[in-house]
Amino acid sequence: MGDHRNLINITDLSAAEIDHLIEIADDIIADPVKYQDMCAHKKLATLFFEPSTRTRLSFTAAMMELGGNVLGFDQASSSSTSKGESVADTIVMASCYADIIAMRHPKEGAPFVGAQYASVPVINAGDGGHFHPTQTLTDLMTIHRKKGSLGGYTIGMCGDLKFGRTVHSLINALLRYDDIKYVMISPEELELPDYIKDTLDEAGVEWKEVRSLDEAIPELDILYMTRVQRERFFNEEDYIRLKDSFILRREMLDPAKEDLAILHPLPRVNEIAKDVDDDPRACYFYQALMGKYIRMALILYLLGLK
Amino acid sequence: MNIDGVNTGYVIDHIKAGTGLEIYNFLKLDKADCTVAIIQRVESTKYGYKDIIKIDGDIPIDCNTLGYMDENITVNRIKDRKLLEKIHLELPEVLTNVIRCRNPRCITSVEEGIEHRFRLADRETRKYRCVYCDTLHTDFQ
Repeated sequence: MGDHRNLINITDLSAAEIDHLIEIADDIIADPVKYQDMCAHKKLATLFFEPSTRTRLSFTAAMMELGGNVLGFDQASSSSTSKGESVADTIVMASCYADIIAMRHPKEGAPFVGAQYASVPVINAGDGGHFHPTQTLTDLMTIHRKKGSLGGYTIGMCGDLKFGRTVHSLINALLRYDDIKYVMISPEELELPDYIKDTLDEAGVEWKEVRSLDEAIPELDILYMTRVQRERFFNEEDYIRLKDSFILRREMLDPAKEDLAILHPLPRVNEIAKDVDDDPRACYFYQALMGKYIRMALILYLLGLK
Repeated sequence: MNIDGVNTGYVIDHIKAGTGLEIYNFLKLDKADCTVAIIQRVESTKYGYKDIIKIDGDIPIDCNTLGYMDENITVNRIKDRKLLEKIHLELPEVLTNVIRCRNPRCITSVEEGIEHRFRLADRETRKYRCVYCDTLHTDFQ
């Protein structure tokens, strides 16, 4: 409905558009006052059919720093979904009250359904194990800020590479940039799905799989850690067996490069030990901050204000 | 065995032997207000044996979905006992409301009133991808 843009999958944005968003975010960081009233009298609806502290707070903070307002709910039981209302009806209703919608839903494809019925822009704020494009934008923004470029480095991705949607999205986004080497670090049970491996092969990039974090660390410029998530498993036994597979401890960073950037989409459980937090190479809380700025840029762009 | 020719309607030819009744049911020909014949195990130089359906009536035929069920089928349109058109079917690019996504995490498993839509991902291996959750479906036949 309408001729507005949505963001459902990171590939909905061209590389030039991503560069543009990063430019806006850089400018917001440089001069936040210039942006503080840009969304005055605009409303963001955060429709979160499953709980998510970070993403919802980040969207809320982003809209508030632009001078806009936020309304919505943070779990399905607070919405009419608990009375049996469809996603389509909820979105049509929310379109009546808000200028832009950020939607998280446990079912894959729900924001895509929402976007077909909405009369305002819809941002996918995560749909099950499927897509989470604003996390990918956050990751790209962090890489840009820490490395000064989106290409020309070796990135290690560690943990749950099978169900880890953030990893899949990030790979799809990074394949547009040159001179990146990929090191995939996971147990066999959680290695990348074949279709993503095929994508890497088809793109002709240099990549390899290793079974130990120690083995990979010395060559990395970026280490992207992920959590093994209970909700992605049907079988509790598999989850318990694999959840502690790859844990990053402070002493493991001794052979790492001085300018290594350690990223994590958060929340962290135990896959990064607390004592890593004080290491200057730990960038995951900085990454959370970048998530706010890039979401501010995205809101402005989708509202046609930038 | 003699079956009359079609005046105006269709001859659905080259149906895989043994699946004629399935095609008949899919096209809901039991509800058609015209003469319909299913001919089974007809000798075929190309396939050994085949089934044929003759429909003596100008009813709508969904060639798109028929192509998904059996892309070897040929649909001959007949008008006044003359061959009007010979349609060679192929796997459709988009399938709508023919199959359902098997991914229990897909929104189509709970949302009422939306189309069940798939895009052809690989013609050779007959792989279709759910447009909502991107799950690949392969073993439809």
